[in-house]
Amino acid sequence: MLSSMEKSIAELRETFKNGGTKSISWRKSQLKALLQLINQNEDSIFKALDQDLGKSPVESYRDEVGVLKKSVTYTLSCLEKWVAPKKAEVPLLFFPAKAEVMPQPLGVVLIFSSWNFPFTLALDPLIGAISAGNTVLLKPSDLAPACMSFLVETIPKYLDNKAVKVLAGGADIGERLLQLKWDKIFFTGSPRVGRLVMAAAAKHLTPVTLELGGKSPAIVDTLSTTPSKAKVTAKRIVGGKWGPCTGQACIAIDYVLVEEKLASTLIELLKKTIKRFYGENIKSLKNISRIVNKHQFQRLVNLLKDPNVADSIVYGGSVDEEKLVIEPTILLDPPLDSEIMSEEIFGPLLPIITLKNIEESIDFINSKSNPLVIYAFTEDDTFKKRILSETSSGTVTFNDSMVQYRYSI
Amino acid sequence: MASEVEKKAVFDIDSAKEVVQELRASFVAGKTKDYEWRRTQLKAMLKLMDENEPQIVAALRDDLSKPELESSIYEIAMLKNSCKLALKKMKHWMMPEKAKTSLATFPSSAEIVSEPLGVVLVISAWNYPFLLSLDPVIGAIAAGNAIVLKPSEISPATASLLAKLVANYMDSSCIKVVEGAVPETTALLEQKWDKIMYTGNGRIARIVMAAAAKHLTPVVLELGGKCPVIVDSGINLQVATRRIIAGKWGCNNGQACISPDYIITTKDYAVELVRLPVYVYICNLVLFNLSSQALFILQVDSFKCELELFYGKNPLESKDLSRVVNSNHFARLLKLLDEDKVSSKIVYGGERDKSNLKIAPTVLLDVPQDSLIMNEEIFGPLLPIITIDKVEDSFDLITSGTKPLAAYMFTNNKKLKEKFVEKVSAGGLVINDTTVHLAEPTLPFGGVGDSGMGAYHGKFSFDTFSHKKAVLYRSFAGDAPLRYPPYTNGKLRLLKSLLGGSILGIIRALMGWSKA
Repeated sequence: MLSSMEKSIAELRETFKNGGTKSISWRKSQLKALLQLINQNEDSIFKALDQDLGKSPVESYRDEVGVLKKSVTYTLSCLEKWVAPKKAEVPLLFFPAKAEVMPQPLGVVLIFSSWNFPFTLALDPLIGAISAGNTVLLKPSDLAPACMSFLVETIPKYLDNKAVKVLAGGADIGERLLQLKWDKIFFTGSPRVGRLVMAAAAKHLTPVTLELGGKSPAIVDTLSTTPSKAKVTAKRIVGGKWGPCTGQACIAIDYVLVEEKLASTLIELLKKTIKRFYGENIKSLKNISRIVNKHQFQRLVNLLKDPNVADSIVYGGSVDEEKLVIEPTILLDPPLDSEIMSEEIFGPLLPIITLKNIEESIDFINSKSNPLVIYAFTEDDTFKKRILSETSSGTVTFNDSMVQYRYSI
Repeated sequence: MASEVEKKAVFDIDSAKEVVQELRASFVAGKTKDYEWRRTQLKAMLKLMDENEPQIVAALRDDLSKPELESSIYEIAMLKNSCKLALKKMKHWMMPEKAKTSLATFPSSAEIVSEPLGVVLVISAWNYPFLLSLDPVIGAIAAGNAIVLKPSEISPATASLLAKLVANYMDSSCIKVVEGAVPETTALLEQKWDKIMYTGNGRIARIVMAAAAKHLTPVVLELGGKCPVIVDSGINLQVATRRIIAGKWGCNNGQACISPDYIITTKDYAVELVRLPVYVYICNLVLFNLSSQALFILQVDSFKCELELFYGKNPLESKDLSRVVNSNHFARLLKLLDEDKVSSKIVYGGERDKSNLKIAPTVLLDVPQDSLIMNEEIFGPLLPIITIDKVEDSFDLITSGTKPLAAYMFTNNKKLKEKFVEKVSAGGLVINDTTVHLAEPTLPFGGVGDSGMGAYHGKFSFDTFSHKKAVLYRSFAGDAPLRYPPYTNGKLRLLKSLLGGSILGIIRALMGWSKA
């Protein structure tokens, strides 16, 4: 196994060295082939996502297939512009010199993808790597085995085997891959593994891109505006928590911050919306993914084991171990030092933390490490400015959830 | 004095922790984010340089025997320019950039906001100890961060001077200099930083990155490599030679990350050298018409001639050359020079003065590919010339090694220029000159592969010390039910066309949806 892995990588290096991936026409042909792969296999993709995660076709299209199609199409339309050198101004001192900045492929790139969006998180970075002219080894997560198998079997049928390879396997394969020298490593996953990836990369001075996570809060300040806005807020919170893989998403809303006098209004709105979207109870649950495996299921159940946490449940809480389902659960003010409030939840449990004044949310967020996203539902421009300048996060989205990823350019 | 020594002796993990805590408190209090604060600090830095130029030049002379011109121009003047550029452009750099939004998120608006990373660590090198310390600091200040600067202990006079001047001129609650060597650097590297920028060699870079990995701290590593110079025929040989000399011996006597390391040129002629009269150089037209054999010989002779013009007959006594920084590096360079199969290849120079740590500008011809001098970054006044059959072979030779920080080519052939730019991967390329791209703030300065990661200079410095935060503003209007459950086939159809971005598709789906 080890030697066939090294053989594959040697082939990728050879292909790159021979210039096999440099031409714009090659890159475009690969991107078009990827689009074809997605178009011609939509049903199989839906099936694999249903098998691994219980995702419905709408969720699968919205968060995976649709996102990828858009990304490929956008990349195809911009590729020539991106590849072209950019002129740089030259000061008079150097007249008559000319200068430019020229993008060049890095070489052989390793992509590790995660299990929760097994297509998007594997193929979106692949799109970037190919469009930049690199050869790629893709290592999908074995925690979404049907999706991983699909990628292993299908990619070689559409893409250039000498330049793009997919390797199946678990953590041990990942570890072996990390011993080798790459020109770049792109990793999506947990901070814990992110550290291991970067430490391994340090031995070869390999640059890394790490897409991690955190506790992404939603600040809610719009319930006292019109009822229709309040309803939209509730829909977007529910959609942003349980919509993406039942909360198992790096940019899912982790917890909510709201003023204590509005907490009960919010909870009522959320309950109504949850019932309308997903069903009345755990037996009639629909339109929602399941937990990926027993290990994650147990981890989430354990978060609720703390009696103080269990006491704070105001909606839901039921679990079905056989089907790996946990119903949408809302908690009101669980203890701030409990695990559910210190670890990234990555599941269908939504703590609501109440504050005397919504402006306190800024200090609350700053007391924790930087999240990937901050969602803020507010129409107060001053508050918006304060959030932007006084907090730090990967992204800030005002008055919505999730869309910044799904529809981002 | 005693308390100063005491203070230095006990800079351990706890001291490092305290420093970071203090800076973090300053950062969290918002001190460094304020535009006026950033302006004041940059102005203070300019004042620092204006009022202390003789002291800076003296420290560089102590540490490196650096000629005054090199100190004034390549360290101080360059830094002043960098500072002035940041002062002029900072407000503009700080402004959010509007980003386009697509049909799928209509109505919304988006922007990219630059925010400071927080508390950053700058570890600098000994060869341009002033420039490589304060240039990154300029970027970090402009981007609104709190900073610890750790200058190199191998240039101790400059390190001490920096510690003194920064404490006197800049806000020490937000910008600190920590002097020391391995123990102090290790203590600093244990801490959690929001960014680390390191300039130096690959071995230490691996240690820095491994330490950063524990805290998921992003790094910029400015390293080095063997920067090749390809010399083609049909060029102005005299100008080319002068530019190579300026980039090699004129830059801290070859001890610079972007100094030409070795030359590659063509051979199809004898190795015997013939001395040609100096006046041949005056007429460039004659050069173009000479046979390639004579041209080749002329190249070596061109070096001899120009080197003698620049540094005299006794270059060991020239005041216009830096010395080798210390006895370790001196021994290292002699090891490269005195290797058996190499020492016989010296065609110019080779003299050394151990007591003054000086090695004369030395040119070697056709050293073996497996010699030490061809397998590590020279970082000194030795210039091997490697010959090949045709110019195009030089690209393979370069790409067979690790990617260097810079690569240079002297040619008038347009096709060759294009091939050079296409085939050679390096941090930066210069055609028909050497090293000057460093002074170009509109070009990112950084390496690739073994020569490093990340870049800075000009706006790239500001960007490297900033987080580019994506911000999306949505309104409550136009809340499409198709995003939410219950999920129906109609919604799937509409979603497909919306993501496809086609208005017609959307209309069709809408009509279809309304039928469903």
